[in-house]
Amino acid sequence: MSDMAVPHGMAGEFEPSLFGAYSKKIGMWLFLLSDTLTFGALLFAYSYGRISNPDWPTPFHKESIINATIMTGCLLSSSLTMVLGVLAARRGDRSWTRNWILFTMFFGVAFIVLHGMEWTKLIAEGMTPSKNPWSSTVQQFGGTFFTLTGMHMMHVTIGVIYLGVVALRKKFLPILLICWLAAWLGTPADSVFHVGAHVILIGAIVAAMIMFLKPKDYDAHDVEIAGLYWHFVDLVWMFIFPLVYLMSTRITG
Amino acid sequence: MHTVDTHHDEGKGQYFWVWGALLVLTAAEVGLAYNQVFQPVQMLEALMILSVIKSALIIGWFMHLKYEIAAMKWVMMTAVTICLCLMCVFFADAFRIVHLGVK
Repeated sequence: MSDMAVPHGMAGEFEPSLFGAYSKKIGMWLFLLSDTLTFGALLFAYSYGRISNPDWPTPFHKESIINATIMTGCLLSSSLTMVLGVLAARRGDRSWTRNWILFTMFFGVAFIVLHGMEWTKLIAEGMTPSKNPWSSTVQQFGGTFFTLTGMHMMHVTIGVIYLGVVALRKKFLPILLICWLAAWLGTPADSVFHVGAHVILIGAIVAAMIMFLKPKDYDAHDVEIAGLYWHFVDLVWMFIFPLVYLMSTRITG
Repeated sequence: MHTVDTHHDEGKGQYFWVWGALLVLTAAEVGLAYNQVFQPVQMLEALMILSVIKSALIIGWFMHLKYEIAAMKWVMMTAVTICLCLMCVFFADAFRIVHLGVK
């Protein structure tokens, strides 16, 4: 094996970062672009079904639209509190960074709870991934609806856990485990929350692995890239809300 | 916690304005849909235009892409826009099914 002398001062050694941004930010942007295509494919699949089926169900009454509008308000407000958290982190204000992130998490949890209630109502009306009570000829309505909104809700849940880790670090783990136990044991077996609670457990295990294997003090850069992820979750909902809910409103009386 | 150098105006006020604009646009969407102002195809177009405006506000201000260098804006947005536009090719088949049925 020949020894290779690596000359110092080559162009590649101190190559400027891509787009002048730090690598974690570029990594998050690239992940978000790939996730955009995932959600894009799901939204296009939903829209394909919507266009090709004139009997597409319109199950969303006034209550559902009000509920979804409040959910939208929660996500928009969470984006505001998140960006205020990023500004506080840039100032080096730890206390307000944590407070703004906790506000963001509060709005995120409110979104999940309201969405879970909406799912529970639809399931109680007889909607499943393979059938729905409103149109027997459009069996894929439930499948596309649950896949699209479920994927988004999973992203929101991961986002809340991500923010909790950034804001509270290891102190967040016992809170997560208490939330998991409360959601699992405190809800009926047929509830959406009973099954969905296990996402919290998986999140807690992954968060614990990350924090114990690579413990660190999250800095302003970490808060900013956590914010990028959170705003993306908000952004996706800006398309799901009109396409799924507003285009399927049922106006009575 | 480390502080980060910023190269742009950090006024909080602009973020409240963007948040307010997003809420107003959302109210407009709900109003249009609930009052069924347009026929379905025009309604879809109107809602998508409003959604794209809302997305631009979120990406530009909240995600700070507005403050990144031009190359980053163009590479990121052009790539994802082209990919999403390519998916539209499937809609021709969806319209075919409506007019001709499944064959």
